[in-house]
Amino acid sequence: MWEYSEKVKDYFFNPKNAGVLEDASGVGEVGAIACGDALKLMIKVDPETDRITEARFQTFGCGSAIASSSALTEIIIGKTLDEALAITNQDIADFLGGLPPEKMHCSVMGYEALRSAIANYRGEVWENDHEEGALLCKCFGVDEGMVERAIRNNVLTTMEQVAHFTKATGSCGTCVEGIEEVLERTNAAMVEAGELAASQAFVAGATPVVGRKAPRSSPVVAPAPPPAAKMTMLQRIKLIEAELEALRPALQSDGGDCELVDVEDNKVMVRLSGACVNCQLASVTVQGIQSRLAERLGTPVRVIPVPSTH
Amino acid sequence: MDPVYLDNNATTRVDAAVVSAMLPYFTEQFGNASSIHAFGAEVGAGLRTARRQLQALLGAEFDHEIVYTGGGTESDNTAILSALETRSGRNEIVTSTVEHPAILSLCAWLEKTRGAKVHYIGVDARGRLDIDAYRKALGPRTAIASIMWANNETGTIFPVETLAALAHEAGALFHTDAVQAVGKIAIDLSGSDIDMLSLSGHKLHGPKGIGALYVRRGVRLRPLIRGGHQERGRRAGTENAPGIVGLGAAAALAQEHMEEENTRVRDLRDRLERGLVQRISHAVVTGDIENRLPNTANVAFEYIEGEAILLLLNKAGIAASSGSACTSGSLEPSHVLRAMKVPYTAAHGAIRFSFSRENTDADVDRVLEVMPGIIAQLRQMSPFWDGESKTRTAFTPTYA
Repeated sequence: MWEYSEKVKDYFFNPKNAGVLEDASGVGEVGAIACGDALKLMIKVDPETDRITEARFQTFGCGSAIASSSALTEIIIGKTLDEALAITNQDIADFLGGLPPEKMHCSVMGYEALRSAIANYRGEVWENDHEEGALLCKCFGVDEGMVERAIRNNVLTTMEQVAHFTKATGSCGTCVEGIEEVLERTNAAMVEAGELAASQAFVAGATPVVGRKAPRSSPVVAPAPPPAAKMTMLQRIKLIEAELEALRPALQSDGGDCELVDVEDNKVMVRLSGACVNCQLASVTVQGIQSRLAERLGTPVRVIPVPSTH
Repeated sequence: MDPVYLDNNATTRVDAAVVSAMLPYFTEQFGNASSIHAFGAEVGAGLRTARRQLQALLGAEFDHEIVYTGGGTESDNTAILSALETRSGRNEIVTSTVEHPAILSLCAWLEKTRGAKVHYIGVDARGRLDIDAYRKALGPRTAIASIMWANNETGTIFPVETLAALAHEAGALFHTDAVQAVGKIAIDLSGSDIDMLSLSGHKLHGPKGIGALYVRRGVRLRPLIRGGHQERGRRAGTENAPGIVGLGAAAALAQEHMEEENTRVRDLRDRLERGLVQRISHAVVTGDIENRLPNTANVAFEYIEGEAILLLLNKAGIAASSGSACTSGSLEPSHVLRAMKVPYTAAHGAIRFSFSRENTDADVDRVLEVMPGIIAQLRQMSPFWDGESKTRTAFTPTYA
């Protein structure tokens, strides 16, 4: 049995603000059923005062995931959006009297959902949509921005900590190198900013012992160079069509399929069919299509699955 | 209210009669069986009785086919490592994807450090071994095939006699991890093709820290622990006399209760399972329903997570378990259910109820009384739950 604090148990057994919030003014969703936990945070904001007047949650997950979600709603009710944005996952963990290290990702999930809900209220649809960095851990849908924030907010310096806080690398392990790079780069930046002692910083490949060499200067990760940015709408559609066509065999081999429905500004509407419908990994598929299209088009796009016609 | 213990595949309560049998071996009968004096001789007699009791439960032809160990994990390690050392020129292992970590972790380590090649044979949606793949994996390089007798999570029983015969055709040894099967289903090793079998005391109302490895007469065994002549030089160290006597007593009791296990206990399990599926929508029984241990039920509740269910059950005084461990290091739901391709929607919410002869009708009533409320409470909180009206087409269980 986990060593949960009394407060974690209390917030799990008697969760406050569980359920759907009708007429929510902002909704943030993070996680997926395949990842083992997911949180939908709904907030109501008073436009006059910019204050969160109500907050409710729905959570799929373990005891501490439910407790963290409930704690989050209690923390943010009555706060202005700017005040709420200053909250970190550590505040959620502290509010609960601490979480076991392996469960810290539950507090990070709350923190990410809050950012996402506020962005949704403010109409910043891009805020939490991986435009701020590549999707690093495909198993748990963790992007670079989320890893960086978790490292900075919690002063993480080991790969094990990053796994505890973000779950990244916790499943298939193929993203270890990518995460190491982000950890090394972020730690190096923190050293430069005086937030971290150089001796503490993570260095990829170095054994985690005291007195290891100082980190190298941060390697610059060059994003894929954007190709011809100026394209006519027709060119864009042609390119999107061709890309989707190229992706279809892979989907079909899993018993699914995908077709282009519409293109509107940066939104690409697709219809997933066959085995993709209701597949809990559909969101990963959509993310994959999205990053591929963004790379080819050289501009961010948002891939939106539309319901299939019956 | 008395707590309800339904986690007997994890461990069992030591039977009161077993404790009574063991106690003298901590006090009056404290001697070392190897000593020449009377203190040792008396202990020696007790150990011989215990060995015969275990021999009878297994249907082993010779009492020296039993080697006592520190438990199931040590037995598994001894069997596999011995096979690699005694079968020269053969460095391949054939096992399944649903074995206990005692086998899987060992195999992973052997792959990494000893260059062993391990074939992991998959299972179908009911947890049944892919026999064709098993047959194809066996070959002139196979040192040993190791397949569990019954799976700890779903109770699915494997056709070990057939598998052992196939292994022998390839000139390989056959070992089975029977930790969950011994004491629950009848086992008769006389005339069997099985070369080695692991068992553990605490799974059959015996003490922890004692187990045994059955080694068929004529099969060479290289000891894992050296340093003494005990167990005919196959497992050194002063005999764990209280443990061995306890395991013997537990084996005798298991044999006495074998029929009850397969009638009354089975009925309790079946009633719980039926009751849960009738009372709770989107609940699916996993495993090979027709061919599994009589005491094990594994039911997956969709759209909710196992740990949360267990915490609420625990609050209601009910002990069960889930295959999943929601930690950052192991967020995958149970490797057994994933191998069976149980969808994520259900695999995270799988709960194992494992019975023993100590369980009663009242235990089943209690679970049936509280479970619907627990599931409803968590589903109410789940973002994936759309209510009872949700059409079943959203999730078609092909594994039940």
